[in-house]
Amino acid sequence: MFLDFFLILKNQGVPVTLKEYLSLLEALHKNVINQRVDEFYHLSKSMLVKNEKHLDKFDHIFGEYFKGMESITNEDFFKIPEEWMNKNSEKLLSPEQMEQIKAMGGLDKVLDRLKELLEEQKERHEGGSKWIGTGGTSPFGAYGYNPEGIRIGQNESRHRKAIKVWDKRAFKNLDENVDLETRNLKMALRKLRTLTREGKQEELDIKKTVKSTSNNAGILHLEMVPSKKNNIKVLLFFDIGGSMDDHIKLCSELFSAAKYEFKHMEHYYFHNCIYENLWQNNIRRHNEHIPTYDILHKFNKEYKVIIVGDASMSPYEIASQYGSVEHYNEESGETWMRRFTEQFNNVVWLNPIQEKEWKYTRSIGMMKIIVKDQMYPLTLQGIGKAIQSLLN
Amino acid sequence: MSFKSTSTYIASDGLKIAVNASITLQKPLIVKGEPGTGKTLLAEEIAASLSKKLISWNVKSTTTAQQGLYEYDAVSRLRDSQLGDEKVNDIANYIVKGKLWEAFDSEEQVILLIDEVDKADIEFPNDLLQELDKMEFYCYELKKTIKAKVRPIIIITSNNEKELPDAFLRRCLFHYISFPDRDTLKEIINVHYEKLEDTMINSAMRVFYDLRNIRSIKKRPSTSEIIDWIKLLTIGKITAKELDGWQPGSGDFPYSGALIKNEQDLITLKI
Repeated sequence: MFLDFFLILKNQGVPVTLKEYLSLLEALHKNVINQRVDEFYHLSKSMLVKNEKHLDKFDHIFGEYFKGMESITNEDFFKIPEEWMNKNSEKLLSPEQMEQIKAMGGLDKVLDRLKELLEEQKERHEGGSKWIGTGGTSPFGAYGYNPEGIRIGQNESRHRKAIKVWDKRAFKNLDENVDLETRNLKMALRKLRTLTREGKQEELDIKKTVKSTSNNAGILHLEMVPSKKNNIKVLLFFDIGGSMDDHIKLCSELFSAAKYEFKHMEHYYFHNCIYENLWQNNIRRHNEHIPTYDILHKFNKEYKVIIVGDASMSPYEIASQYGSVEHYNEESGETWMRRFTEQFNNVVWLNPIQEKEWKYTRSIGMMKIIVKDQMYPLTLQGIGKAIQSLLN
Repeated sequence: MSFKSTSTYIASDGLKIAVNASITLQKPLIVKGEPGTGKTLLAEEIAASLSKKLISWNVKSTTTAQQGLYEYDAVSRLRDSQLGDEKVNDIANYIVKGKLWEAFDSEEQVILLIDEVDKADIEFPNDLLQELDKMEFYCYELKKTIKAKVRPIIIITSNNEKELPDAFLRRCLFHYISFPDRDTLKEIINVHYEKLEDTMINSAMRVFYDLRNIRSIKKRPSTSEIIDWIKLLTIGKITAKELDGWQPGSGDFPYSGALIKNEQDLITLKI
């Protein structure tokens, strides 16, 4: 019963296990719900999906699988994110874009059209299969839909462009769509855990207690020590977009492993090289800047800095004022990078490009010098070496 | 025996089914969601609605799994032995039972709330796998296995500060409490303030949703905060008219401190 549904979920990347499926059958057997699709929807959701980032994917698949059954319609599963609908997204559109939208019959029409196009695109994309795999209208992590996605109607090939933005979700946040392959990375990162004794004294120090008790002529005298804690603090910086698109999978695996492994971890994104601003949410990168100075001031040198990027760019982007591809930077990338290496004792750069190819890109060499040779390939072995260097 | 919305708590269909499935299958239920959407309250309400006892275990950053089972107080035993206390002969006198043991020990079924499980160390959920699965553990000092007399209903809440391990998740049911839509929110407010006029509720909700819709707001107000805020409004005898004058960008509004918890957000309001 529902085995197909289960297998489709699994194939589409929702991490479901046989045990969960069996529990679902057990629940059905025990009549937890009445024989109704909407109740089955709620039940199977809570039994099979264990992380809100997969809820949306589940909704899609469920919607397709049970299409046309009772109260469930495809529409319900194809909700456009509310953010598109609220007034603020309108504010983000330029007057010209608003005009064009009006010309197409208002925002609603545009969204309808987008929906149609999206479905067509999926079918082509997935080779005729009707299952939707990669989509995501999740109201949760989701700011996936870059307001830029509504960039419909800026040039001739406007529809295609909109689809591209939707489907590719170029700047999607790294914590989505990571499967369970991160275990190896977690094991590698685990080496960075150092247990230190700090803070309140709450554990009995047996050796000292025995000693001081004997000194005390057998009357008990307690000696305490602080308990061991994993106090490593990590700052992660991800290069995102452009040439890094080829490495998204690897980076998101690293991200999810790191997020699991460290108690004190902050992450920021940059593009190509670190300049005066960084951001934490890719979708809002254009209006939610975090000044790099704030980061330098906020975190002390106890933090270990890991920068992930391919360091592949034009040399001007590192060395020159106004060299950035995205904005006029008052100070060169190198100046900013040096501030990092001065502020933090431990800075490593993880590069997803294979080490033997580094010499063909000049900027990689430049960056390697800036980070004092602490550049390592983003492989298990490379991470191991990087962590060794972070611990020194 | 099934869980329904109560006179003080509105539960969505999904939540009801998840809770009832968790009760029937005797598996823990993990509840996640934005802060202030009633995760912790859920356990209290289940306890009230099924008239069962609630045992809550509030997890902190220093909590270990062992503390939930039991702790052996070796130090006071050592001290007692020096003082020649009779108690010292029985080790059971120095075993301090944890919340899990307490729940397992109960003759009647209880609700065990493990609150904010993500606050603890990353190994914490892994250390509880077997205990929650089999509902038993071994006490080395007493050399016996403690087994649940009646399997408790376990509710676990998480604020998403840390990811929970897969092995742990597999053994649980999961429900994400999403932020309530307008109608549900109105229902929730009505449950709390029966006598409040409709116009007042509508005005307050308008301000509330406008606030939530400001993109640059860092900490978006949640359900529990609007409940508190409305209480202040009624105490302060603020009228619906006073609220209607407020627009995003027009700055402060009555008792904004109940909804805005961050000085940057206050500045945002004025822009």
